[in-house]
Amino acid sequence: MKTILKVKNLIMNFGGLRALDHLDIQVREEEIVALIGPNGAGKTTFFNCITGIFPPTGGEIILFPPKKKSKRANRLKPNKITEIGLARTFQNIRLFQNMTVLENVMIGRHCRMSSGIVGAIFRGKATVKEEEQVVEDSFKILKKIGLSEYVNEIAMNLPYGAQRRLEIARAMATEPFLLLLDEPAAGMNIQETKDLNELILRIRDEEKISILLIEHDMRVVMSLSDHIVVMDYGKKIAEGTTEEIKNNPVVIKAYLGEDIDA
Amino acid sequence: MNKLNEIKKSFLASLWFMFLTFPIMVIRVNTVQKEIEWRWQNMFFVGISVFFLSFAWRFLFRQMASGRKTIEAGGLDKISLMQQIMNEPKMYYPILFAFTLFAATFPFIFNIYQVNIMTTALMYVVLGLGLNIVVGLAGLLDLGYVAFYLVGAYSYALLNYHFGLSFWLALPIGAFIGALFGILLGFPVLRMRGDYLAIVTLGFGEIIRIIMENWNEFSFGPSGIANIPRPGFFGIEFSLQGSIIFMYFFMICLTLFTIFIVNRLRNSRIGRAWVALREDEVACQAMGIDRTKTKLTAFALGATWAGMVGVIFAAKTTFINPASFTVWESITILCIVVLGGMGSIIGVIFGAFILILLPEYLRAFSEYRMVTFGAVLVIMMVFRPQGIVPDIRHRFKHQGSMVLGGKTKK
Ligand SMILES: Nc1ncnc2c1ncn2[C@@H]1O[C@H](COP(=O)(O)OP(=O)(O)OP(=O)(O)O)[C@@H](O)[C@H]1O
Ligand SMILES: [Mg+2]
Repeated sequence: MKTILKVKNLIMNFGGLRALDHLDIQVREEEIVALIGPNGAGKTTFFNCITGIFPPTGGEIILFPPKKKSKRANRLKPNKITEIGLARTFQNIRLFQNMTVLENVMIGRHCRMSSGIVGAIFRGKATVKEEEQVVEDSFKILKKIGLSEYVNEIAMNLPYGAQRRLEIARAMATEPFLLLLDEPAAGMNIQETKDLNELILRIRDEEKISILLIEHDMRVVMSLSDHIVVMDYGKKIAEGTTEEIKNNPVVIKAYLGEDIDA
Repeated sequence: MNKLNEIKKSFLASLWFMFLTFPIMVIRVNTVQKEIEWRWQNMFFVGISVFFLSFAWRFLFRQMASGRKTIEAGGLDKISLMQQIMNEPKMYYPILFAFTLFAATFPFIFNIYQVNIMTTALMYVVLGLGLNIVVGLAGLLDLGYVAFYLVGAYSYALLNYHFGLSFWLALPIGAFIGALFGILLGFPVLRMRGDYLAIVTLGFGEIIRIIMENWNEFSFGPSGIANIPRPGFFGIEFSLQGSIIFMYFFMICLTLFTIFIVNRLRNSRIGRAWVALREDEVACQAMGIDRTKTKLTAFALGATWAGMVGVIFAAKTTFINPASFTVWESITILCIVVLGGMGSIIGVIFGAFILILLPEYLRAFSEYRMVTFGAVLVIMMVFRPQGIVPDIRHRFKHQGSMVLGGKTKK
């Protein structure tokens, strides 16, 4: 299978703190990769680096969009990276709180639209068509993610689980080839988590989108991932299939502490 | 029970205030006669007024709390009176008709003084709508908006002085130079937000004014530029009175034009990007919106209107000097936006009329103008932070048509 994201020797320093330490990670086509590790391991920082929010201190990030040339993404702005086809959700939900659910998704379509100021003012045929199209597309996405009932609600007023799904819907709207989910199941109840599991599988199988997933809920990780990467203190300490990771003593040590192996 | 409790609390507050103000309100040392006056009646007044104020304050707070509860409990479908009117053509058209009739006949019913005030109010409506793009939609707190207003005014004054440029040519040029300055300010503050942005823009506004005050060769310093011609109209020269009435109608047109443009911008791809930028800058970039471009367009488009109104201001007063463009001007315009409702067009119109017309007609109370102004703003911020007419997001029906209000669920 083709590689779509290749990260080599990624380093990120915050002053004296090395949050990412020579990290190597690969994601292949139609694969669900889970990134796990204790709190403060640097998982979110990794997402922030590859989506351009923090410029990494060192290393290489290379994207391989399908049917296009590969691209080095080290110093690109976040919006450029989204344009290439990486989309993400946030650990602490960052919706556009005072906009409606539909508008949130419409914002996601922004980078796939083209009308500018002149178009907005004169509202010519092309603009009108594009506007109708974006509403139509956004409706479709919301239906797919299962948020049709909330279309015109203000995002802030949604139940927690729905807000997390809306983040996914919004990310999907940007037409990514790789979706980065930062703890999507955090704070969800059992039923919501189950629905989320199904949703993630459907996104991979129906939309052919690869997924890179940070998650603390091991049931989710174990049932979804094709491949797991374990981090601790900014380093990759192990990787492999679910079985390999479950039985890896290094991983168990990282999670349970030093004194357990005595 | 509850009432009794409230009364008790208010009573305690008034006792506390009587105690606190005792040294300044009650005791007075008469240095001439070397004796102490005891003004007990003042204590009585303080007690009574604090009691009532505290009571009213508590009452308003309770109102607010209950209001919030209704909003949380699915109050989404509860739309304001304004929205209901907008939704109902039967109500909407007569109101619109009445407004048009009033606006059209206004200069013929009222005297020139009133017409002049109304023109000023309309100018502030346009300024407010322009600043609304920057502050209300894009969420960039700009305290130097008056700089663009100044730039517009001086563009016309100087271009006319040196090259005899007419008002009608100066209008687009002033708008353009305004936009240019908007971008000029936009660049250095791209990475700033909130308080920092406010301080830098405040500085920018003051710098421009101070330059104008001191650069005598260029701007004629504090003495300003006089004899700026009023606009003609296709070769027609107006009398003073005619000119004022003409300005009034011109401002009506410009206001309508501004409303039209701002409304279109608001409901477009770029308008949504502005609001997204206001809501969450990081998420907005992660969704593929170019922050630089979005911020700069907001600054530029906001400044365009200020530049244009600046030209009109110069033509209307026929004399400008830097003293007309102090930071207070910026703050007044900002108050219009905040009081009216950030992001809301109707709100800004209301805000401008209230803040510009009320002080004019309440000249009898002009000594208390600033106090009232401040008090009203504080009270607004506590009890209705979203402004008089809050911004309402558009709702959509499935076929891509846009509908206002909450009536179109499914
Ligand atoms: N902007 C920042 N500035 C300075 N230090 C930071 C910054 N962001 C993260 N860090 C530090 O980097 C380390 C990794 O943090 P990160 O948020 O990536 O952890 P995480 O693996 O996502 O943890 P969690 O599971 O709790 O979300 C932490 O020590 C954190 O304090
Ligand atoms: Mg994290």
